[in-house]
Amino acid sequence: MTAHAQAAHLETSTGLDNRKVAIWTFIGSECMFFATLISNYMVNKGKSLVGPFPHEPWTSPAGQHFEPIFEIPLVTLGTALLLFSSLFVVLALSGAQRGNRKALIGWLAATIACGVFFVGMQVYEFTHFLHRGLGFTTNLFGSSFYTLTGFHGTHVTIGVLWLATVWVDAVRGKLPPSKSLNLEMAALYWHFVDVVWIIIFPVVYLIK
Amino acid sequence: MATRVLDQHQAHAASHDEKTGLWSWITTVDHKRIGILYGATAFLFFLIGGIEALLLRIQLGSAENTFLSPDLYNQLFTMHGTTMIFLAIMPLSAMFFNFMIPLLIGARDVAFPRLNAFSYWVFLLGGLFLNASFLFGAAPDQGWFGYANLTSKQYSPGLNVDFWMLGLQILGIASLAAAVNFFVTIVNMRAPGMTLMRMPMFVWMSFITQVLLLLAFPVITVALILLMYDRFFGSAFFVPSGGGDPLLWQHLFWIFGHPEVYILILPAFGIVSEVLPVFSRKPLFGYAAMVFSGVFIAFLGFGVWSHHMFSTGMGPLADTFFALSTMLIAIPTGVKIFNWIGTMWGGSLQYRTPMLFAIGFIAMFIIGGLSGVMHSSPPADLQQTDTYFVVAHFHYVLFGGSIFGLTAGAYYWWPKMFGRMLNEGLGKVHFWLMLIGFNLTFFPMHFVGLNGMPRRVYTYPEGLGFELLNQVETAGSFVLGVAFLVFLVNIFQTWRKPRNAPADPWNGATLEWAIPSPPPEFNFAEIPTVHGRDALWELKRERGGTLPEPARVSGAGIHLPNPSYWPLVTAVGILAFFVTLMTLAATGIWPVIASFALLLLGVYKWAYEPAG
Repeated sequence: MTAHAQAAHLETSTGLDNRKVAIWTFIGSECMFFATLISNYMVNKGKSLVGPFPHEPWTSPAGQHFEPIFEIPLVTLGTALLLFSSLFVVLALSGAQRGNRKALIGWLAATIACGVFFVGMQVYEFTHFLHRGLGFTTNLFGSSFYTLTGFHGTHVTIGVLWLATVWVDAVRGKLPPSKSLNLEMAALYWHFVDVVWIIIFPVVYLIK
Repeated sequence: MATRVLDQHQAHAASHDEKTGLWSWITTVDHKRIGILYGATAFLFFLIGGIEALLLRIQLGSAENTFLSPDLYNQLFTMHGTTMIFLAIMPLSAMFFNFMIPLLIGARDVAFPRLNAFSYWVFLLGGLFLNASFLFGAAPDQGWFGYANLTSKQYSPGLNVDFWMLGLQILGIASLAAAVNFFVTIVNMRAPGMTLMRMPMFVWMSFITQVLLLLAFPVITVALILLMYDRFFGSAFFVPSGGGDPLLWQHLFWIFGHPEVYILILPAFGIVSEVLPVFSRKPLFGYAAMVFSGVFIAFLGFGVWSHHMFSTGMGPLADTFFALSTMLIAIPTGVKIFNWIGTMWGGSLQYRTPMLFAIGFIAMFIIGGLSGVMHSSPPADLQQTDTYFVVAHFHYVLFGGSIFGLTAGAYYWWPKMFGRMLNEGLGKVHFWLMLIGFNLTFFPMHFVGLNGMPRRVYTYPEGLGFELLNQVETAGSFVLGVAFLVFLVNIFQTWRKPRNAPADPWNGATLEWAIPSPPPEFNFAEIPTVHGRDALWELKRERGGTLPEPARVSGAGIHLPNPSYWPLVTAVGILAFFVTLMTLAATGIWPVIASFALLLLGVYKWAYEPAG
């Protein structure tokens, strides 16, 4: 998706690179995607016929006891790291634009590490919930929780792959300042994925 | 990129110069070729959808007919609706987006030529996937709206719904990719001087359509994902026995579905707004009002979805809100209609074929709009919903509106696209047959509908007074069929004629008429500078009359994007991903992973391909 048609158009109408306008457009569209997923979660809140539940304990008719599902401290740590990664990717981009390769590679690696930790946290969380009795089809809470956070996690994973691809380019010396837009696009997407999590975290985990 | 040297004498041979053959079409990234691919494919799907409609009409031609089984009838009406919306009208609009938008804004291509090719391939594969369901005797049979719980595993255990939900998911990818592309193209690729308020109206309406696509399609994407989880993995989003709510589907579907209605009609609004001024010999009346009424329609389009759901019992507050917002849409729509009439008022009208279709569009769309206002009122709607009255209404806006507008565009831009003029005489026969056939088919539906004939039912009993009008409708539908046969004859006849259409056969107002017909691969030898609306009329006025026929010049030195097959590979990866997802239970996870790997390979090869 490079902007080759621009070679004919030395300047665009807005002065912005086509790819930058495109990623913003895509993000606008993605807003509706997550708005729908979050709405689905909220609509289904409290409508589960059986437990386990997010915030309340539950005893099944057979007498089995289930603790509340959520473990806030772990997710809070993941959230914090994800937020810091937004700062790191800004520092990496600044390095890329200034031609400071060391800053670029270092901060980008830190960003990717945070992303990997977040995905790892989510994998741990999902398996942990599964062991505690919340499967995908156990109840509506399980289905809408796994769908919403799963799609967010998929977005984080794609972001990690994208940033890692750019990182490999950077290490191979193929990301000079003139090509820093390659990183900027991934970074814009990364910020968006973070912002979505800033909404998901309170809506899903904090508000009872 | 190799260069071509042409002169006037070689102009005919030139278009067959070096880039011919199947491979050149498979790897093309030229917006004009992709536009033609979109048009040809969509027209084939349109004919298939039309044949489906004729079969339905034969079945309904007499009471208690047994021509079609109830099951086949369900499949045909579902596929007729799905095909006409997603595989005919939307991609026919996409044909004009592709071919015309870069020409109208004075650009050499779209912003992302390979993404454009990708959109087409995904659309083609999605359309084939959807229609492949017929081979399995399992075409979707739950209606194009896919209401829960008709779609639940319990009530639709077969592959029918799977084909539908995965097919729409594939087509959604194509629409979203194209929408990003055209949004960026219009924002960023305009010729110098082409400010937003100087853009041709078709570009404006297309622009608004892209915004609607970008904001509406993610909603249906999520709805289809939830449905897929219900069917494949046993969740209960739309299953009441598991605590889910079937009405949630209706809300999600119509939050997408109502903007979709404007996605289908706004491009036709744009085409008609180009055709009317040219054949009235005067500029579009109320340009700014046209722009802002289009924006207003799109904005309101997101606030009216529940008028499709009055009969579900939402309560007086919701009913009132959605009734009022729906009635409000009549205002900007009325503004448009008066502006079209104002454009013709006092003009020197030339009744060429595109003009006839544009005038037919206005008349038919008014009827469809008025019946729409009728069922914006909940008490009236409760009588009309699920009857043929609604079928009459939306055919007046989708056929009388969109198809008439798109056909006007086809006759108007045919010489630019193919370098040949369609036959005027046959064009007029096409128009009158279509107008008569259309009204014979759909006008009586108002009456049988108000008399209580329900839609989506494969037959009706004798003696309810439905027979005569249904016979008229069936006869009318065959007149419509003949109208399109005439169009086909016209196309084939024209095909055999030399490419001798002038650059500017209609004395056009917009930039596409400044370049040869068909345009050279690079469109504009020199990027034009625009000094006002109706840029070409402006130029002609300055020069004091018509312009000389533009010479076919060499494209030497003009940089064009390289052809690429990675968009096709990526599209195949997407299709394979969805097919293997459908057969997941039988074939396991590995084919899904392999398909995803192919998809990923396509994306990476594409991203790292030298763009030339």
